[in-house]
Amino acid sequence: MRLLPKHPQRRKRLALISLLITGIGAAVALATVALKENINLFYSPTQILSGEAPKNHVFRLGGLVAEGSVKRNKDNLDVYFEVTDTDKKVAVIYNGILPDLFREGQGIVALGKLRDDGVFIADEVLAKHDENYMPPEAAKAIEDAQAKQTRSTTTPQGSQQP
Amino acid sequence: MWSFLHKLASPKHFYHFAGRLIPWLGWSTLLLMLAGLYTGLVVAPTDYQQGESYRIIYIHVPAAWMSMFVYMVMAGAGAIGLIWKIKMADIVASSAAPLGAAFTFLALVTGSLWGKPMWGTWWIWDARLTSELILLFLYLGFIALQSAIEDKRTAANACAVLALVGVVNIPIIHYSVEWWNTLHQGPTVTRFDKPAMDTSMLIPLMIMFFAFKLYFGLTVLMRARGEILERERNSTWVKQMVTESS
Repeated sequence: MRLLPKHPQRRKRLALISLLITGIGAAVALATVALKENINLFYSPTQILSGEAPKNHVFRLGGLVAEGSVKRNKDNLDVYFEVTDTDKKVAVIYNGILPDLFREGQGIVALGKLRDDGVFIADEVLAKHDENYMPPEAAKAIEDAQAKQTRSTTTPQGSQQP
Repeated sequence: MWSFLHKLASPKHFYHFAGRLIPWLGWSTLLLMLAGLYTGLVVAPTDYQQGESYRIIYIHVPAAWMSMFVYMVMAGAGAIGLIWKIKMADIVASSAAPLGAAFTFLALVTGSLWGKPMWGTWWIWDARLTSELILLFLYLGFIALQSAIEDKRTAANACAVLALVGVVNIPIIHYSVEWWNTLHQGPTVTRFDKPAMDTSMLIPLMIMFFAFKLYFGLTVLMRARGEILERERNSTWVKQMVTESS
């Protein structure tokens, strides 16, 4: 190995530096594992329903806006919707202006408190956007292809029904 | 190869070598930057979800990548300086620090400007944003520590240790969006799968990435040359060069 220094003192310094980095790496890894729950930005609906979220305390809820669940009040800015992690659902009430990206099926993070009846009263709603970037035509093509696929898988079942 | 590297470790040789490289780097940076900005801001299509606002990605993402890359360069140079006691490595590390701080600052500011319209907030204390902010503080700490210690050699050693300790933050920044749930989305390009970005949008991003890389190469060499002249101002070759040019 020509990369390793031959000089004993340099070797010693290299070993010391490697030791320093692994030591700090291990310490930080242990600390972050211990703090995992605190570093997470939000709780999922499943975590909230299993009682992991703090009670009577402000916390963040994250998940997807359930399809067909958004109801707006005509007279004021009240919005009702459900947040899902595709398994469990939590109902959310929010009064305020929603971000542009807010729509059904979109990921959101809401800050607020859980009411006794299990409804989440949000003070702030932020939209999460995904890591996909494509032109609108490409997005439409994917949507059409998916719609076609679901139709082709559902038609045989549909024909059996009558 | 090894003799070439050995020669580069001499400040005088480095000074002249960098001087020959700088014009090439300057012109290619300018060309790539113009090409990247034109293709990114004009040619690339709009995004299906974010419309035109996603175009800030062409500054934000290269700046964020560079903020981590420059740190690795700085820490690597610091380690070389510590182990082999090469003065040139210390000079490169200290020249890179303010540039890295600038890239980090740019990534944070553009991210904030992007966050307001898309997420609905300028700032949130999620793992990605917080770890990137810590990176900025590491750079600032490096710069402050260096200017606080008068003796150049002691300063370089102390700064190298600080830079090496901070390396632990780099994987945290990169994997923060996977290890914890964050408001910031997951990686688009730097993942094992194929990039989750349309090719027509990815090409300008790659051009901008190389433009930023070359810009860093250019500016770090320019800063290193200045630093060499300052440190070697009493050596014969610098004095000779000054008298010849005047």
